[in-house]
Amino acid sequence: MNVKLINPFINATINVLETMAFVNVNAGKPYLKKDNVAVGDVTGVLGLTGIANGTISVTFESKCILAVVSNMFGETMTELNSEIADAVGELTNMISGQARRELEEVGKVFRAAIPSVITGRNHSITHYTDGPKIAIPFSTENGDFTIEVCFER
Amino acid sequence: MDTSIKVLIVDDFATMRRILKNILKQLGFKNLVEADDGTSAWEILQGQSIDLIISDWNMPKMTGLELLKKVRASDNHKRTPFLMVTAEAQKQNVIEAVQAGVSNYVVKPFTAEAISDKLEKILK
Repeated sequence: MNVKLINPFINATINVLETMAFVNVNAGKPYLKKDNVAVGDVTGVLGLTGIANGTISVTFESKCILAVVSNMFGETMTELNSEIADAVGELTNMISGQARRELEEVGKVFRAAIPSVITGRNHSITHYTDGPKIAIPFSTENGDFTIEVCFER
Repeated sequence: MDTSIKVLIVDDFATMRRILKNILKQLGFKNLVEADDGTSAWEILQGQSIDLIISDWNMPKMTGLELLKKVRASDNHKRTPFLMVTAEAQKQNVIEAVQAGVSNYVVKPFTAEAISDKLEKILK
């Protein structure tokens, strides 16, 4: 997969988390993910269409997303519930929007669907195309999360 | 900036409505109404006097752009300030919103200061 399609999602993820949740985020080394099992406990998935079709997902460990949403709301969140799921959907939406804006600047225009959210340990993430799944792990002081980017071959 | 006005916040994500409400309350706004899509917002606009609309773009049933066009075509709300707060930040989106009569545009992610600055411009 073209790395030029990946970097905007990394940049967008850092920008969204830092701006909306005041969280310092460190990106790890991207890797090729072989299975569909989510690394995290709650995942936002969003379909993209345009010069290529694909999906992005953002999957958070419980501890990490509770800290992120606590910062976003200005109050302590203690359990994975519908409010957390809603927040993951909106974070996915914002990451997509920010990345698509960067991609547009190099002539790659994408449209996005409305995100869906899955919760539960070891749930599956279904990407809409069969292309390679590039996973990028991120760390915060309150736990980890991973984004996956998958575009058709 | 007159913070006694009634503000309608439209977003399909409760998270974003909550964040915007928190920011508006910090700015002194108290009279806040919510809708979770354009259709619900339009129903509220038929029955209530609203002084400012803050809307997302990408929503089910009726998008923010469709809502904006209906608002601008209506007798009662055609001059109501309309702030689009959206992740849809591509050039064509901005052009469409401006052509439809949006008052101002904020791209997600945003800071509280960005919302405050846009409201100052719209409501001065």
